[in-house]
Amino acid sequence: MTDPSRFKPKTVYVTYIAAPPEKVWQALTSAEFTQRYFFGFVIDVEPKTGGNFFIRYPDGRVHIAGKVLDWTPPRRFSCTWLVEGMETFGELPECIVTYEIEPAGEAVRLTMTESHSWDVPEAILAGGRAGWPAILSNLKSVLETGRPMTIKMGPPPEMMEAVRKAVAEKPWLK
Amino acid sequence: MRKPSFVYVTYIRSTPEKVWEALTDPATIRKYWFGITVETDWKSGSPWTMKFEDGRTADTGEILEAIPPRRLVIGKWQNQFKPELKAVGYTRCTIEIEMADYYPDFGGKAVKVTIMHEAETEQGAPMIEAVSGGWPKIMSNLKSLLETGDVAFGRCEP
Repeated sequence: MTDPSRFKPKTVYVTYIAAPPEKVWQALTSAEFTQRYFFGFVIDVEPKTGGNFFIRYPDGRVHIAGKVLDWTPPRRFSCTWLVEGMETFGELPECIVTYEIEPAGEAVRLTMTESHSWDVPEAILAGGRAGWPAILSNLKSVLETGRPMTIKMGPPPEMMEAVRKAVAEKPWLK
Repeated sequence: MRKPSFVYVTYIRSTPEKVWEALTDPATIRKYWFGITVETDWKSGSPWTMKFEDGRTADTGEILEAIPPRRLVIGKWQNQFKPELKAVGYTRCTIEIEMADYYPDFGGKAVKVTIMHEAETEQGAPMIEAVSGGWPKIMSNLKSLLETGDVAFGRCEP
């Protein structure tokens, strides 16, 4: 199994949500919820450490695939991520995405950490740095108001080129 | 070496005008900023002072730009209540408000708010670390207030 100690945090996003930890956990791990706030993507996860993890397009095709590294409801959910559903992205090394849920006064602090095992170019990190605030702002809206915002977004322009370059040069092998 | 900086982006179901009002109206600020009051006339070149509920000065600064409802820049931002943070000097905070692309049929409008808080020198890193813990709390509370009429939490744990 993947050794998380080789991975370093590169992008962290924190949001505070007026909901119990169990509801935030449910929003992160259930298909009905992710479909509403995660650009329409549907989570499909085996609820155990070591289980399979997928983020699927609404039609069932795989967008992201990985393995569950930590399944500790309602506190910590960590898994490996490999973007398989986009051209060349699948040839990049996997990353680790970890969600941590902690009580914070009357609210809950949700921390998302995206960690990488190699020296990822800023242009590739820009994808997550653009996406996570939209996804997690939307998750907060769904939990607090029952309604998502459906923000339209694509990969940042330089990201595709940076991914093609990285896949051609494979700096993580050096 | 790059200057220490912190960026925080949040999306709020609202309008730029309402977000601008929430960022500049002292009575609204007090609701989502854990009792903090702001004193300024929001004009370029004017002083800007943040105060605790008990009247002590928290931070001071100067309005560099105020272009409603799009852009607010506060410069010479300096902590005044923790000597070790006051000692690291000035920081600058830029707040940008824009409409995000959206599908109106599905979810309604979303406003993208980007906070960029930078130190003027490398020595400012501890102040940037301090504000990077604060902004997610403040902006999460502001988002809840605008979307639900109530904040997510009233007390800020130290």
